[in-house]
Amino acid sequence: MKPTDIRDPEYFHKVVDCQYACPAHTPVPEYIRLIAAGRYTDAYKVNWDSNVFPGILGRTCDRPCEPACRRGRVEESNQEKPEPVAICRLKRVAADHKDADAVRALMPAPAAARNGRRIACIGAGPASLTVARDLAPLGYSVTVFDRDARAGGMIRSQIPRFRLPEEVIDEEVGYVLDLGVDFRPGVEIGSMRDLLGQGWDAVFVGTGAPRGRDLDLPGRREAAAHIHLGIDWLSSVSFGHTTKVGRRVIVLGGGNTAMDCCRTARRLGGEDVKVIVRSGFDEMKASPWEKEDAQHEGIPILNFLVPKSFVHEAGLLTGMTFEAVRAEYDAKGRRTLVPTGEPDRFIECDDVLVAVGQENAFPWIERDCGIEFDRWGMPVVDKLTFQSTEPRVFFGGDSAFGPKNIIWAVAHGHDAAVSIDLMLRGEPLDRRPAPGVSMMSQKMGIHEWSYDNQIAPEARFKVPWASAERALASIRVEVELGFDAATAWKEAQRCLNCDVQTVFAPRLCIECDACVDICPMDCITFTPDGEEADLRQRLNAPALNLAQALYVQDGLKTGRSMVKDEDVCLHCGLCAERCPTGAWDMQKFLYTKTKAGPGCGVPGDGERRAA
Amino acid sequence: MTWIAKPRLHHPSLERNRVGYTRRDYEGKISTLCAGCGHDSISAAIIQACWELDIEPHRVAKLSGIGCSSKTPDYFLGNSHGFNTVHGRMPSVLTGANLANRDLIYLGVSGDGDSASIGIGQFAHVMRRGVNMAYIVENNGVYGLTKGQFSATADQGSKSKRGVVNTDSPIDMVSVALQLGATFVARGFSGDKPQLVPLIKAAIAHPGAAFIDVISPCVAFNNHAGSTRSYDFVREHNEAVNRLDFWPSREAITAEYAEGEVIDVAQHDGSVLRLRKLAADHDPTDRVGALNLVQSRSAQGELVTGLLFVDPDPEDLHRHLGTVERPLASLGTRELCPGQAALDRINASLR
Repeated sequence: MKPTDIRDPEYFHKVVDCQYACPAHTPVPEYIRLIAAGRYTDAYKVNWDSNVFPGILGRTCDRPCEPACRRGRVEESNQEKPEPVAICRLKRVAADHKDADAVRALMPAPAAARNGRRIACIGAGPASLTVARDLAPLGYSVTVFDRDARAGGMIRSQIPRFRLPEEVIDEEVGYVLDLGVDFRPGVEIGSMRDLLGQGWDAVFVGTGAPRGRDLDLPGRREAAAHIHLGIDWLSSVSFGHTTKVGRRVIVLGGGNTAMDCCRTARRLGGEDVKVIVRSGFDEMKASPWEKEDAQHEGIPILNFLVPKSFVHEAGLLTGMTFEAVRAEYDAKGRRTLVPTGEPDRFIECDDVLVAVGQENAFPWIERDCGIEFDRWGMPVVDKLTFQSTEPRVFFGGDSAFGPKNIIWAVAHGHDAAVSIDLMLRGEPLDRRPAPGVSMMSQKMGIHEWSYDNQIAPEARFKVPWASAERALASIRVEVELGFDAATAWKEAQRCLNCDVQTVFAPRLCIECDACVDICPMDCITFTPDGEEADLRQRLNAPALNLAQALYVQDGLKTGRSMVKDEDVCLHCGLCAERCPTGAWDMQKFLYTKTKAGPGCGVPGDGERRAA
Repeated sequence: MTWIAKPRLHHPSLERNRVGYTRRDYEGKISTLCAGCGHDSISAAIIQACWELDIEPHRVAKLSGIGCSSKTPDYFLGNSHGFNTVHGRMPSVLTGANLANRDLIYLGVSGDGDSASIGIGQFAHVMRRGVNMAYIVENNGVYGLTKGQFSATADQGSKSKRGVVNTDSPIDMVSVALQLGATFVARGFSGDKPQLVPLIKAAIAHPGAAFIDVISPCVAFNNHAGSTRSYDFVREHNEAVNRLDFWPSREAITAEYAEGEVIDVAQHDGSVLRLRKLAADHDPTDRVGALNLVQSRSAQGELVTGLLFVDPDPEDLHRHLGTVERPLASLGTRELCPGQAALDRINASLR
């Protein structure tokens, strides 16, 4: 195999599974160490730089980092239930325990002078706010329009208060607006053509996926008074327009919105709330923990039931009928739902919440204003630059590629801000800035490191909850209470510090086998070189996870290669502690995605920082 | 050494052997030897060999003397019996233990100081008597614990770390063991586990006095230019006479080799030592030939490694003494005090 080029920042970036999986590439182990050290403010700032909304995401993130977390791989068959580090909840710890004044002091100052460029952001959701945060301090005049009275977008309108208190939204949205952003509440943009005519240097569209998909079944129109579209109903609850729901509620749909709907209904007088999904329980789109949370509140989830009709008596909804189905898979693994032949089921209810999906809607963008749309009504957007076919217009968040979640919107916002910055400086948009990379040895003594390399054996700690009676009594009582400092410290110990990399220097190696013998995971092998597929089979422990790289170095005296399987390495540093010559070193690899501003686009600068 | 203990977490594919243990279950405490010490590699080889042989840890007694090497039994087989004897006196304690309980597997672990200097007398006699054991000398040519003076096995003309040249003749442990009647004699290198692990397995399975001299570089005091026990020197001058595959009696032999390339030595218990020949002129059942080979190659500055000599039908101390099959330790009062009639019979036989 070709020796691994560790100068390529993407190599070690991939080893930091959590950071690699995070769309915004938040340096997770870095902030977890800061939390363990009690430096909550610094941990908050590390988060804020990458993901803009640490307190919000620490409660609501879809957590792509956690399924990626190495802990879930190395505990497998070592512990009864392999569980990743509670990364998301540790992020919240940073937000909960930070020193608010100190955080404010760390925030960038509003630009002292404006550069004369005007940027319009449509919608004040996470994508637009990220664009505003990245560009306003650079001197751009950023104006954010939203049809609602307050900024936040779906964060404010769709996420129920018992998951995310209003103060947290106010605080973190406020950090952005305080950077000298011009926020225009209550303004609904009605025409893209007019907007483009107003001479904006760039327009960013971050209007989300604002339209809930409906179910056109018999009885839908007649019983409409008690049938609600999930996201509209949630925002109506959020803004206080809806305060009650019937005693018996059916929630249709298996995504996170359905989970929010059913739990909200439980708090507004719904005593008998059921979630009913077409698919099987395991295929539901909702995150596993959101399903658990709903079930924890006594909400049953009934699966393999396809809704057939709304049943009403003279326009008053009395229930719904469902057809029982089962899943069948063809040779290609495609699923079809086949009726089981059982008689249709009638389930009584007073209200139905329809949460079967969301759609984008751009009625305000004229189809002839230079922005091309595809046949599904989605704008044609460059995946790298987020630019539409009208060079001045950019899309991000759900409005770019359909419904995802907050962290994706933030990542899109960063990228779109980079594009806008490059464009307005007259530089090519497709030359993306190189990431900021630093590598620093953690060696402090013969076997002392500046990171805590001891591996904690504990299983994942549970986040405490408010008592069920208290939580269900009000929509405003937050259910999850967050880790206290002591538990947060213990959970932080579970982090394996995957960003502290094992770096091998072949010319120092005397091939004494000390690292091979001490490695608890049998990751390291000295062996004659071969093709990757062959090498993977004949290591001390087979390297079966093809998603993880082999670290290969040649140049040893015996002509063999050092091959390390990165898959299950604990980053405990024992190889480096046992190495008599310092051929192994533990080096902290810090990867930061370059944001708009200095360092972005200046030729050669990115490379210099990476070196 | 390391500050932290080896984490309990292990590779997901870690296997269990026939007696239900993983390789990790054969480990001991965390080593306090210098980082990179060859002895730690030998410990790892012993762990691997015991796991592969499906040995129950409580059936092993590991005995050692004093020295870096003699510390190592603390770092492997943490659930076995252990005895750290006075310097150089491990062979007599091992002999005593073996006489008392012949059912255990005896592992003698020693070093060049412990076995070739202070304990050379004991070493000689334990080999002569044919005590059933695997005796491993972790041979680095220096006194590591006292900062690197030459040991009795250091080659004449080799240089110490401070630049002093050794003027004394070396004791070659392999030759001594061959002369004194050891029935299994091998030499390995701590930096070559594929060679060492089968040698240890075969030595443990050998029902007689088995001796392995393992060259084990001392990274702190004997791994410099001018040393003849450094990793580089040993790799350059290592002449392996054969490669051993050890097949326990219950396993079918699966490796295939062309005619003339291998020598099979059938053991008394049905196990097979399959030697892939690397030196055409070497017959591993010829004691005198082995001595000649070791000496002649040594005169050329080469270190021969591999299984140098094995007696396929060895005798051990218990057979020489005609002891009962049951371990003496398990005999009860009835067997040990058979009564007046038995005593009278013995007395009568001596009249």
